[in-house]
Amino acid sequence: MSEIEARRLKAEEVGHEKLILNLGPQHPSTHGVLRVITTLEGERITEAEPDIGFLHRNFEKIVEGWTWSQVIPLTDRNDYLANINNEHAYVLAVEKLAGIEVPERAEYIRVIMSELNRIASHLLTFGTFAMDMGAFTPFLYGFRERELLYDIFEKVTGARMMHNYVRLSGVRNDLPDGWDKEVLEFLDRLENDVIPDYYDLLIKNPIFEARSLGVGVLTKEDAIAYGAAGPILRGSGIDWDLRRDMPYSIYDRFDFEVITREEGDHYARFMVRMDEMIESAKIIRQAFEQMPEGPVMGKVPRVLKPEGDIYSAVEGPRGEIGVYLVGDGNFKPYRVKWRAPSFSNLSILPLMAKGQFVADIVLTIGTLDPIFGEVDR
Amino acid sequence: MDVSKKLRGTVRIQEAPMTDVKVMGSQESEIAPGVWQHAPGVVTTSLQTALNWGRQNSMWYLTFGLACCAIEMMATGGSRYDFDRFGMVPWPSPRQADLMIVSGTVTEKMAPRVRTLWEQMAEPRYVIAMGACATNGGPYHQGYNVVDGVDKVIPVDVYVPGCPPRPEALLYGVVQLQRKINVAGKQEPEKQKQEKVESEAVKEDV
Repeated sequence: MSEIEARRLKAEEVGHEKLILNLGPQHPSTHGVLRVITTLEGERITEAEPDIGFLHRNFEKIVEGWTWSQVIPLTDRNDYLANINNEHAYVLAVEKLAGIEVPERAEYIRVIMSELNRIASHLLTFGTFAMDMGAFTPFLYGFRERELLYDIFEKVTGARMMHNYVRLSGVRNDLPDGWDKEVLEFLDRLENDVIPDYYDLLIKNPIFEARSLGVGVLTKEDAIAYGAAGPILRGSGIDWDLRRDMPYSIYDRFDFEVITREEGDHYARFMVRMDEMIESAKIIRQAFEQMPEGPVMGKVPRVLKPEGDIYSAVEGPRGEIGVYLVGDGNFKPYRVKWRAPSFSNLSILPLMAKGQFVADIVLTIGTLDPIFGEVDR
Repeated sequence: MDVSKKLRGTVRIQEAPMTDVKVMGSQESEIAPGVWQHAPGVVTTSLQTALNWGRQNSMWYLTFGLACCAIEMMATGGSRYDFDRFGMVPWPSPRQADLMIVSGTVTEKMAPRVRTLWEQMAEPRYVIAMGACATNGGPYHQGYNVVDGVDKVIPVDVYVPGCPPRPEALLYGVVQLQRKINVAGKQEPEKQKQEKVESEAVKEDV
């Protein structure tokens, strides 16, 4: 039976009272190539079934044929809004597996770049969430700040998006002179001008509040049961952040708060992201103060043939980016498993969409913020 | 990677129901039909110029993000680079869109959908393959599920290299496409003229 026939049979089963509506894969608000098959009863959604795999580009299989260090550029492209975080996750895992030491300055640079990338990612989420709501202007504002961040990244890594900057046992090159001043200027601007602007523009807007307050509530129990991660989890009131609770790299040296909100609705998740940007700025400031001088690359054995398996995770902008590596004493990995936060977050969509208005499913996808390079891998 | 696996992407797409299989696998893009086809001459050439001017300055592109390149496409549409300067407006429906920017990796599951979207667009329609993946599979060309370039599925007008291309590169690609549109429908009379000259030269030789 072909897929079309199966759908037709399902439609006959459903009857005339209900309507099957197909969203995507080309849809302006699906944040990539997601297809959602929704069953409607009037304006309400009774069932939403996500169909994924449109961007399955075989990352895990391809890298089995590549050497340990060749994998790094492809990790950039998994979650293409959190490039440095992805590189960091992979590199940390290999370093743990092979027992490579990292110079202290390189650790600080990695933290600074990761947090900047988190800000960049949340800025985009701010823009696209507002666009899903029907407001186009905040998207342009979000990109205004992102362009400044692109400039900052470009001065260090040479690329706007795909950096390939974090290397085994360090980072590729040191920070250029005067770069820290630029970053601090940007952070001042972000805290004093940009975020208050965003409050005036969007967050205090009554339409924004009406469409996000109390919509798409995710309870604590459900959030844990479905394996939610990152802002989705913290927006439901669960105080969990890998940076504080399972500190990797040098995150135990910084003083920052883990933002949580009890409500579990769209508004709470949105505000968690907004406040996390300020916390990231805090971490970057502290890192600049503590950063020592020294080399940025350590020593890597010429022949890298680690053996054994390891799971290592970092806190990305969307939650826990986990890497499970198996090495069989060869120069290339035996298995690379990528635990993507977007994938587990997207699995909550059927639960959250059930009973919602059909106009709100767009916002629900926006608030879950899935990135399909990461969901499908 | 053996050849049979690499070819599989193409073969499976051909098996999928396609309404027009003539252009399958061809890298040549279709030339927009010009009014000269009906009545070549000075008046129609001027009309063609006017049409081309309109077409090249108001290309509405389909909001169709596939992967990483979509972020750079959004950046190009955003505040600093501003696609609107070229009269380019993001349009969510393929029915009214003129230009499809294929921004990202095309997989075997996505390829029939890309084809369908392209078929839904009204003529004259243009395609830009943005980035390495859409051009030839890019860093993922080894993958068992990756189509080596979107030109296996739909004809492409302009290829923009990069992984992902910078917004300037995409803008340059758009300018190249504008140049291509600008000469559409005008080449044929010149070609005829050239053929005429050549045939006369042959006669003289005889």
